Amino acid sequence: MQQINLLLTSLPDGILLGFVYGLAAMGLTLIWGVMNVINLSHGPIIALGMFGTFILFIRMGINPYLGLLVIAGLGLLLGALIYFVAVHRVINAPHLSSLLATFSVNMIIIGIGTAVFTTSPYNVDFSLGSFQLGKTTILGTRLVAAFIAIFVSGGLYLFLYRTRPGKFIRAVTNNRMAAELMGVPSTRILALSFGLGTMLAAVSGGLIATFFPFSILSGGGYELKSFVIGVLGGLGNPIGALFGGLILGILESSVSAFLNTAWVPVIEFGLFVIILLIRPSGLFGAKQ
Amino acid sequence: MKRSLFSIVTLLVLTGMILSACGPSAATTEAPTSSEKTVTIGFTSSLTGSQENNSKRQVNGFNLWMDQVNSAGGIKLSDGTVVKFAAQTYDDESNTERVQALYTTLINDDNADFLISPYSSGLTAAASIVAEQNGKVMITTGAAEDATYQTGNTGLFQIYTPGSLYMASSVDMLQKIDPAAKVALVYEASKFSQSVIDGIKPYLADKGFEVVLEESYDPGTTDFGPVVNKMISAGATVLLGGGHYDDGTAFARTLSERNAGLKFAFLLVAPADNKFSELGDAALGIAVSSQWELAATHTEQEATNLGVEWFGPTGQDFADAYQAAYGDSPTYHVAGGYTAGLVLQKAIIDADSVDPEAVKAALNNMDIMTFFGGTKFDTSADAHGLQIAHKMVVAQWQKNDAGELQRVLIAPPDVATAQPLYGGELVP
Repeated sequence: MQQINLLLTSLPDGILLGFVYGLAAMGLTLIWGVMNVINLSHGPIIALGMFGTFILFIRMGINPYLGLLVIAGLGLLLGALIYFVAVHRVINAPHLSSLLATFSVNMIIIGIGTAVFTTSPYNVDFSLGSFQLGKTTILGTRLVAAFIAIFVSGGLYLFLYRTRPGKFIRAVTNNRMAAELMGVPSTRILALSFGLGTMLAAVSGGLIATFFPFSILSGGGYELKSFVIGVLGGLGNPIGALFGGLILGILESSVSAFLNTAWVPVIEFGLFVIILLIRPSGLFGAKQ
Repeated sequence: MKRSLFSIVTLLVLTGMILSACGPSAATTEAPTSSEKTVTIGFTSSLTGSQENNSKRQVNGFNLWMDQVNSAGGIKLSDGTVVKFAAQTYDDESNTERVQALYTTLINDDNADFLISPYSSGLTAAASIVAEQNGKVMITTGAAEDATYQTGNTGLFQIYTPGSLYMASSVDMLQKIDPAAKVALVYEASKFSQSVIDGIKPYLADKGFEVVLEESYDPGTTDFGPVVNKMISAGATVLLGGGHYDDGTAFARTLSERNAGLKFAFLLVAPADNKFSELGDAALGIAVSSQWELAATHTEQEATNLGVEWFGPTGQDFADAYQAAYGDSPTYHVAGGYTAGLVLQKAIIDADSVDPEAVKAALNNMDIMTFFGGTKFDTSADAHGLQIAHKMVVAQWQKNDAGELQRVLIAPPDVATAQPLYGGELVP
């Protein structure tokens, strides 16, 4: 009975956190879906988003949620830059080439981040208070972060399905050569997609910074979670990532209610392997 | 074509030779005179990774000691030899595998005469294997776990109070304030934290405390929400736990945000760092065991009263020198690094030699007090090198009259500078 109470207490927290995990994974899965590139610089970009919130709020006094607009803009530009510098030339090469290219970007960002920020943890002392929902304490920062994650996901959906560049992205995703024959500027669309993926990662980092301490190495954990979410939500399905994140958040809160929290990564990655074995394209991915 | 290739290769070789000639030598900075010997002290430090914060402070303390000894003319032995010190160090990236490789390099390639441990019990356990295999003396600091000294080593000498005794003063204090407290033991799954918990559990049972929750967490944990929910669900009123700096700050923040209903929270290591106050109100009331605090620094008078030899500077002189050199007040990690050098210095003086066996014998016979506290090592085969004379104090973050956070001493009573903040109130 105590475990059930604990589960009910932890569940809302897991759900709220799950939306933010989903947002973090959305960028990774978008890039994979559009250009078949596994972006190994995803984690450090999440960490850069965290430092963005730190600099804008702690150093410049800008509200963290307003600061997200700046982080999103810079994330978009950084993504486009990474695409042209490191990804574009290897996009048609075997997967190993793009893996190594993005891994190099990962190492460069971590190296620069370590030199500038060190690997000591930083803290954004920001609070929106909390309220009780039954026996659960709901933190304002997590609630707002979840709403923003849903809002951004909705925005991404509208962008992909209701705007011309969004339709171009979907066209390139389905068949790049056919899209090019129809006049779609595929290079620019690929750069835009990479920029959007990076932007989503940076924004999620900016939100996570409002409730967890972080360092330049902190993105690694969220990158790993993003892979699990990508599989849960369907590889290449950015909106499915939101649901994948939700599943992961619920799973984390449920496992810790019944087992020692040290078991959470074991269960998470065990599930990852099982889903890959049973359904390689992910739970919400298209059947192969 | 062949000639131009030959010219390029020749040019590259010559450039390499010139660069290597211009590069710094491995350890020695001055050509020694005939009666001067430069002793190389090898160690790794965590310039990056999870142990960076405290490791850097530890190294700062050690470097301060080395600079002071060298600028004072070194150690003069009876045969006229002047011993000076040089450090050889590498970044271990807080990584156990790197530690073993780097200590092998320090011993075999850099010919380090003596070793200082890296920061943290986990890294030291790895380094100690290499040191012992090569018969080197290693002074350990920032490495409190007991088990490392219980494996038949003969060359390890521990500066810190062992982990098993870390929380004893806090439990003694709790027994006076609230003997009915319900205790949650929530700690990092690491060698150090495990040794602390293993040590305190029987002590808690002896004192009659009820442990309502025992749970370990992964060292990389940032979301402590589920753990705090468990503590609330278990009805805990006191938390004893934590691990190192990174997890400790995240844990303290979650405790504050969740209003966990605790009367007293004790975390290992993190609250002893000056940066902990950056958490703001989340730091308020968090207690920590400290190996050294300036407010409770040990004195020559104390040594005289105990009938042991005093050695080294006063705590205030040490703190002033550190402030002048690094622009910050020293934490116990700084003091531990400094004391590692100080103890080695004393051993060389007592041995009147830098011969490792003579220095080892001097360390085995050592019974002194420095500003850091007592230093005496267990010489039994079961726990050789374990520290048996050093005592800890309990500090807590409280607000002063101006509303600023400061670390005050709350136990043991003879060194306390403030009353403990318990359940939101100061209690006598």
